[in-house]
Amino acid sequence: MKAQRQVWGETLAELAQVDSRVVVLDADLATSTRADIVADKAPHAFIQIGIAEQNMVGMAFGMSTLGYRPWLSTFGVFLTHRALDQIRMLVSQTKAPVRIAAAYSGLLNGSSGKTHQDIEDLAIMRAMPNMTVLAPADEFEAAAIIRWAAEHDGPVYIRFARDAVRPVFDASYTFVPAQPVELLAGPDITLISTGVQTSRTFEAAQLLAADGIQAQLIHLPSIKPLDEAALLSTVGDAKHVITVEDHSRIGGLGGLIAEIAATAGSFRVTRIGLDDRWAESAPNDFLLDKYGLSPERVADSIRGALKQSG
Amino acid sequence: MSLSIENDLTTANLANIAQEARWRVIETVTSSKAGHVGGPLSAIDMLVALYFHQMRVDPASPQNPDRDRFILSKGHCAIGLYSVLALRGYFPVAELLTFDHGDSRLQGHPDMLLTPGVDSSSGSLGQGLSAGAGMALAAKRLGKEFHTWVMVGDGEIEEGMVWETIIAAPRYGLDNLTLVIDLNGLQQYGWPAGKGDRFDRSEPMGHVDLPAVLGGFGWNVISIDGHDFNDILAGYARAEEHRGVSGKPTVIIGNTTKGNGISFTSGTYKWHNGVATPEQLETARAELRDTETGMYA
Repeated sequence: MKAQRQVWGETLAELAQVDSRVVVLDADLATSTRADIVADKAPHAFIQIGIAEQNMVGMAFGMSTLGYRPWLSTFGVFLTHRALDQIRMLVSQTKAPVRIAAAYSGLLNGSSGKTHQDIEDLAIMRAMPNMTVLAPADEFEAAAIIRWAAEHDGPVYIRFARDAVRPVFDASYTFVPAQPVELLAGPDITLISTGVQTSRTFEAAQLLAADGIQAQLIHLPSIKPLDEAALLSTVGDAKHVITVEDHSRIGGLGGLIAEIAATAGSFRVTRIGLDDRWAESAPNDFLLDKYGLSPERVADSIRGALKQSG
Repeated sequence: MSLSIENDLTTANLANIAQEARWRVIETVTSSKAGHVGGPLSAIDMLVALYFHQMRVDPASPQNPDRDRFILSKGHCAIGLYSVLALRGYFPVAELLTFDHGDSRLQGHPDMLLTPGVDSSSGSLGQGLSAGAGMALAAKRLGKEFHTWVMVGDGEIEEGMVWETIIAAPRYGLDNLTLVIDLNGLQQYGWPAGKGDRFDRSEPMGHVDLPAVLGGFGWNVISIDGHDFNDILAGYARAEEHRGVSGKPTVIIGNTTKGNGISFTSGTYKWHNGVATPEQLETARAELRDTETGMYA
């Protein structure tokens, strides 16, 4: 198992060797985001900006107007929150090909706690015109998405997790933007998940299978754009869809699916995700259990939702 | 036309162009019944000097990759930039009257995707210098010779992000970057000066020794009278002389008067934005005469 940040550093270092448009701008977190791999292997492509995320976004935009395809290296919170206005004004509005690589997204950030837990990013970024919003499930999808984003002619936001998860894909995986990926077929309940929470939801589905509950599991790496017709077709005639995400239940994947259900779906939606409250600093296992995102807790929530719906 | 500095205009010619640009600002804002006046009028002489003398640009080829870049970071002064771009030939002068109208290429704040000659969108204060530093850094890495100019207001530099870039730019040796501060001494409302006259607001940066501060951050510092074309041209020339030589970015502190050039807008914060009455418009028309040919409109 390999962490997505490791994959990000290694892939960018490779891309920078062959594509002179690739530069990585770092707000002094390179040893955490693993932009240090780029600094070591492709030093010509590494630019230290300093602890100044707003200036990092502005300079990335400026460089993009001369043909560069800049990648931003820092924690997600400092991009989607601290530098939000700069992303909105200079990247989203202008369609600049800046790649926003949000490291340490979600609940698990190496015990840095609530100040560093970006659990609102999907809600914020998917509301922004022109923005592509992607959340890879594992190391293989992360690599595929990075290579796709490198060629994309527009702004891209990618949600990366700090720590490795059990892969759901392998090296043969090909990323197709906007498309849902059906990981498990099953008649009893439809689960939709995104990002690395898909790995834990996959494990939850295995726990349910042991109880005789056969779940369909759909992974959505592409929060935006999303082929809604393809999603509805994959959901089929399911009457109940449960979303699972490492994000606030407000406005993220659950919000997205509820919006679709309200306008085009014939199913009801249960949203599993983080409560509307601040979390805390603690080891991963503790956080996943307390805040309901471990495979066991997700399986419990699904059983409860099934019981309620009869 | 190739990219070359326009240097056949006298300072008197430039002053006349600036007077017409001033007229276009007040005429357009009055026609649109909305817009900023004070900031555009304090900046306009320095803008005219850039586009009619200093910058290597070609209005017929606004995307020429080797053109000098300009970013109006104080984006609310867009009508000042539009007036100068129109007079310079980027689009018809008559199009100015579409300013702030539906479907117009001339938005309330500059939009690089819509307006020929606009090198960066702006509208949230404090961001333009950073964008310019990115352009200047990219130019250095690509071996391009062009110069990048950014204009901010003195109220604008209250924004923290400006200082992120002021710290960062010297690190990259961006001597191909020049920041012009339109130091007109007033912002939209600001702090009361307690003087009781119409210039009754305290200066945004009045308590800051800007030349010392900016020099201390590692910038070349040049102070000019932002309404005196001899001074402006000399300052611009000195700034460009640093390119490829000094290893430091340059800041030009342009001492200006908000609303300059029209009697009732000059020196008062109350004309940060505003719409002239028919009588005021006539006053402006009479004051903004071409010294040789009479009125502009």
